[in-house]
Amino acid sequence: MAAKFEPVLTRNVGKPEALTLKGYRQLGGYEGLAKALTMEPDAVIDEVKKSGLRGRGGAGFPAGMKWSFIPKGKDKPKYLVCNADESEPGTFKDRLLMENDPHQLIEGCAICCFAVSAATCYIYIRGEYTKSAVILERALKEAYDAGILGDNVLGSGFKLNMYVHRGAGAYICGEETGMLESLEGKRGQPRVKPPFPAVVGAFGAPTVINNVETLCNVPHIITRGADWFKSIGTDEKNTGPKLYAISGHVDRPGTYEHPIGITFREMLDAAGGMWHGRQLKAFIPGGASAPILKPDQIDLKMDFDTVAKAGSMLGSAAVIVMDETTCMVRSVARLSKFFNHESCGQCTPCREGTNWMELVLDRLEHGEGTERDSQLLLSICKNIGGQSLCALGDAAIGPVKSLVDRFPEEIEQHVRNRACPFPRPRYFENGA
Amino acid sequence: MSVHEPASVKPPGPQTRGGGLSAASRAEIDGLRERYPTTEAVLLPALHIAQRQWGGWLPDEAITAVAEALDLPVARVYGVVTFYDLFHQKPVGRHRIRVCNNLSCQLRGAEEILEVLHRELGVGEDEVTPDGRCSYVHFECLGSCDTAPMMMVDDEYHENLTPNRVRQVLKGLK
Repeated sequence: MAAKFEPVLTRNVGKPEALTLKGYRQLGGYEGLAKALTMEPDAVIDEVKKSGLRGRGGAGFPAGMKWSFIPKGKDKPKYLVCNADESEPGTFKDRLLMENDPHQLIEGCAICCFAVSAATCYIYIRGEYTKSAVILERALKEAYDAGILGDNVLGSGFKLNMYVHRGAGAYICGEETGMLESLEGKRGQPRVKPPFPAVVGAFGAPTVINNVETLCNVPHIITRGADWFKSIGTDEKNTGPKLYAISGHVDRPGTYEHPIGITFREMLDAAGGMWHGRQLKAFIPGGASAPILKPDQIDLKMDFDTVAKAGSMLGSAAVIVMDETTCMVRSVARLSKFFNHESCGQCTPCREGTNWMELVLDRLEHGEGTERDSQLLLSICKNIGGQSLCALGDAAIGPVKSLVDRFPEEIEQHVRNRACPFPRPRYFENGA
Repeated sequence: MSVHEPASVKPPGPQTRGGGLSAASRAEIDGLRERYPTTEAVLLPALHIAQRQWGGWLPDEAITAVAEALDLPVARVYGVVTFYDLFHQKPVGRHRIRVCNNLSCQLRGAEEILEVLHRELGVGEDEVTPDGRCSYVHFECLGSCDTAPMMMVDDEYHENLTPNRVRQVLKGLK
């Protein structure tokens, strides 16, 4: 299948005409929306359900099912919030979609809004993505001017407003309820669930929250049908095209579109193999939150369920590759620093625990660790896991647990040598 | 529908001293109200606008001005400002440099980029050069891992950096 696979989501990448409405339409754009508007809203939801599309933001929740949780009827306001807060370390796929094909996202959002009868959509975009925000604003203006958005979407009588809302630098705002708080003008601290956003979401109203890549799949599902979508992928539960963002020690880092479920080895080959031909030491299959895997998993199928069975998660499919020169303690210490910085501070186990993990890993890396530190780290993980309101706490323990479980010898070496056994790599010679 | 270019894209306006929000900032903020069912939701965009007016940071008078414009308690606005990394409470350089040094960039030499900035600018992280030109910080993942190491200067991404490229970029900053 891999040989015949034609890019779907990235088909317009590298075609500058896709940035304009005219160009996007010439490439077949907005046909999905036009078709959806002739269908019953429930039929649109059913088609997405049938396709098996699962959320591409990290959790992998079935998108059509999420839509079907929204109460029916048009009497009360409902919202779609598109999660464009891409902040998971290692992830850069949504930026590619927004910068190269903004109308594809707008079309996906519009179809979703029609399906759940939402009259307002906010695209919540991380504050650092200024370029994406400008490109989307321009595309939105064009869509309004052409009657694709506004009071009468493509002459159907359906009313839809769509706005870009910029965040201000906080990873936690990618968590769906943290995002809603932030959208409402507050600190981005996640809410207690239930109630889930489908019942009480933005401004107290039922709300769908979907990732950029998830929504970009929707026009294609409507145009080409659920059966076509299901024909791509591993099995019934892992369907469709998938963007993999691969970075670190590979020859050609980048965003690659493959059928979901391609093996890590195939993906690595597509990215030119290991950087400088070095040996693979470890890889993270799904962004900073995903437990680290060893080379014995090189033939792992990169879909939601197979990666989960292997003791990690596909997450946002941000693949970070590390070669033999990498110090795992230093790498995980960096990730712990990130989670400590980004913990919103609301729940004590996460706020305090992420801080302790960073401190312990840092002292290990600096040769000041003790033989009891592995146990200490596991004990901290145990006290964070499942003890906080949102998934950040659980995300933070993923890399740490996998370090202790899968690379114990490296921790021991740090303790025994009273120093990091790896020379600090220099990437640039003579300061050039 | 009015199209609102993201606040920080426009060049910073003259620094305000005691004048509160400028008429232009106020108009821009008022233009956003129709987008949201509550006034509170205008707060993040309003803070971006105010920060631009005050030259890249939010002194107390800016926070007070935004609170007044949106009829919110100052403490609420202050709480929001302190939560987000892109809002600054102390002066920054005319050009703000953010270097990603999260894992993917660390694996490609981000630490050396920070060393070059330190050497070339002669100040530490989060400090402003004596001429007010630049300040720099390390930053969490900026979503450009495939072009690591990278840094963001104001709103622009500079990718696939080498020490020489960093020096070139610095030369271009006035």
